[in-house]
Amino acid sequence: MTQVLSEHAAGGSHSGALLEVENLHVEFHTRAGVAKAVNGVTYSVDAGETLAVLGESGSGKSVTAQTIMGILDMPPGKITGGQIRFRGVDLLSLPEDQRRKIRGEGISMVFQDALSALNPVFPVGWQIAEMFRQHRGTSRSEAKKKAIELMDRVRIPAAKERVNDYPHQFSGGMRQRIMIAMAIALDPEILIADEPTTALDVTVQAQIMGLLSDLRRESDMGLILITHDLGVVADVADKIAVMYGGRIVEHAPVHDLYARPAHPYSKGLLESIPRVDLKGQELYAIKGMPPNLLEMPTGCAFHPRCPYRRDNCVTDVPPLYSISGTRDSACHYWREVLDDGSR
Amino acid sequence: MTAPAESILEVRDLVKHFPLTQGIVFKRQVGAIKAVDGVSFDLHRGETLGVVGESGCGKSTLAKLLMALERPTSGSVKVNGRDIAKAKGGELKRMRRNIQMVMQDPYTSLNPRMTVGDIVGEPYEIHSEVAPKGDRRRKVQELLEVVGLNPDHINRYPHQFSGGQRQRIGIARGLALQPEIIICDEPVSALDVSIQAQVMNLLERLQNEFNLAYIFIAHDLSVVRHISDRVAVMYLGKIVELGRDTQIYERPTHPYTQALLSAVPVPNPEGREQRQRIILQGDPPSPANPPSGCHFRTRCWKAQDVCAEKEPLLEIRPGADHPSACHFAEARDVVDAR
Repeated sequence: MTQVLSEHAAGGSHSGALLEVENLHVEFHTRAGVAKAVNGVTYSVDAGETLAVLGESGSGKSVTAQTIMGILDMPPGKITGGQIRFRGVDLLSLPEDQRRKIRGEGISMVFQDALSALNPVFPVGWQIAEMFRQHRGTSRSEAKKKAIELMDRVRIPAAKERVNDYPHQFSGGMRQRIMIAMAIALDPEILIADEPTTALDVTVQAQIMGLLSDLRRESDMGLILITHDLGVVADVADKIAVMYGGRIVEHAPVHDLYARPAHPYSKGLLESIPRVDLKGQELYAIKGMPPNLLEMPTGCAFHPRCPYRRDNCVTDVPPLYSISGTRDSACHYWREVLDDGSR
Repeated sequence: MTAPAESILEVRDLVKHFPLTQGIVFKRQVGAIKAVDGVSFDLHRGETLGVVGESGCGKSTLAKLLMALERPTSGSVKVNGRDIAKAKGGELKRMRRNIQMVMQDPYTSLNPRMTVGDIVGEPYEIHSEVAPKGDRRRKVQELLEVVGLNPDHINRYPHQFSGGQRQRIGIARGLALQPEIIICDEPVSALDVSIQAQVMNLLERLQNEFNLAYIFIAHDLSVVRHISDRVAVMYLGKIVELGRDTQIYERPTHPYTQALLSAVPVPNPEGREQRQRIILQGDPPSPANPPSGCHFRTRCWKAQDVCAEKEPLLEIRPGADHPSACHFAEARDVVDAR
């Protein structure tokens, strides 16, 4: 355990990345107490790169994304530390009117539930065109023309006829395409997709993930994909940040993580996937349940569920140890985990 | 083979059409949503039949029909040889004891104003012959223990439990009347990944312990494969392919099954660039107005004229070892190294 680097060295080696989140802390002040949703998250994304943020509900993955976009509800949310740098400029210290320019043109976001994210009383074409009218001052007719082009680009059939339809007239997959059209309208450099396919069927999920990959390739966008689905991650990600209890517990290139996880939590997740050759046997299950953000366990947040637990895990918070230039793990015993490999 | 095992559930030509009406005072029927449109299968004692399909294919309507929560338009559901779809009154009540359900969403399927003891014990209020009044509390505590909850928590309310624990409460309620059949409608899809495996293990342990038969409805194909002995694939109200898990997953013959399996993301990044994908075009058609002939033909790459004219029956075709509803059924290996 000699390679202890500073806790936020994770993204440090990629200095000059397009988007860098550094040591971000976010809390929520609720009646029941202070919920520490994000506790020192560091990651970075470059142009053309896909970062998957993997985690369960309550792990802080969506809160981090909302903070990057500047759409966190404050209060009850409160940013208590850290920086978010886009092209080297700290977004958190920018005034709102400048952030508004970056939102949509620099960084934009696709939400999980397209039906509640779209406005039900305006035609979809109008909603896409709004991006051009608000940000670029484009005329109504010109903006509508661009909306139709975008609907074509996200492969909505008969875009010209459907531009005046309302969200409820579209299927779930088509609505998600409209969300994507709005998000890429102003050619953003970073696209954040928060569980973009969770509400969709598998055959439609495959269509949407294919579309997102194509768009990323065509315009060299950086893509942050927030998900809990290990299959989707394996399909599209270049690198992965695994989150647990508001922290990144493992950070690795996608092939390395699936071949040899270096944190007991990522290892447990991979092992709990049902596999053909183990049919009929009991599934490996991570015991216990995710931590309560109001009463986080002392030391390592994963220690109550961890098979590698020793005494110091209960008292010492593990820093993000650097394993190699591109990998980090927040486990005191990452060497052991790495040596055990995946089943 | 599906040997002469004893069938406890026989479903024959089950149809459920929901009428579409127009007008306020004089309602006229203008059409029908064909939610379940001619479904037949058997369920054997102690086995698990997985049902997969996309939203709108009729999986959940099928579950309601089996529970006699909906009356079928036609067809029969025989539990131990007696038709539950035609049963009434006391007989229906007795038959329902034998077939119970675990719901999808553990947050909305438990009454927030009732304690766990009341929720799990409520089936005994209706079927008081199973447990006499004085004995109920003890029985409920036993059930809680069986599903891995602390029996001392009998007086707690649902909000004091996590999602996985709530699903365990739902399972305990399903077990209360000692049924032979449990219908699980997406029992793990609302749970976190690390909790899913726990609930799956519990369901398998209970099946072995009580010799339960499961109808396991889910959209997650790897979960269905893990737990199922046989799998039925549904599309627009019909079963399009039915077979043992290995037959469906390794030698699927229906184009829809093949597309569905190839669309599932494989949790292994190795070789992802070479992976062959069948990406279906468009969305499933509306069940109010399904295509003529084969329902899948509008999205199928094999479709020919005959598919629009003649509806393919679910039957074993030459060269295949299990029934498939496609004129051009042909085995194809689509799931590589998992």
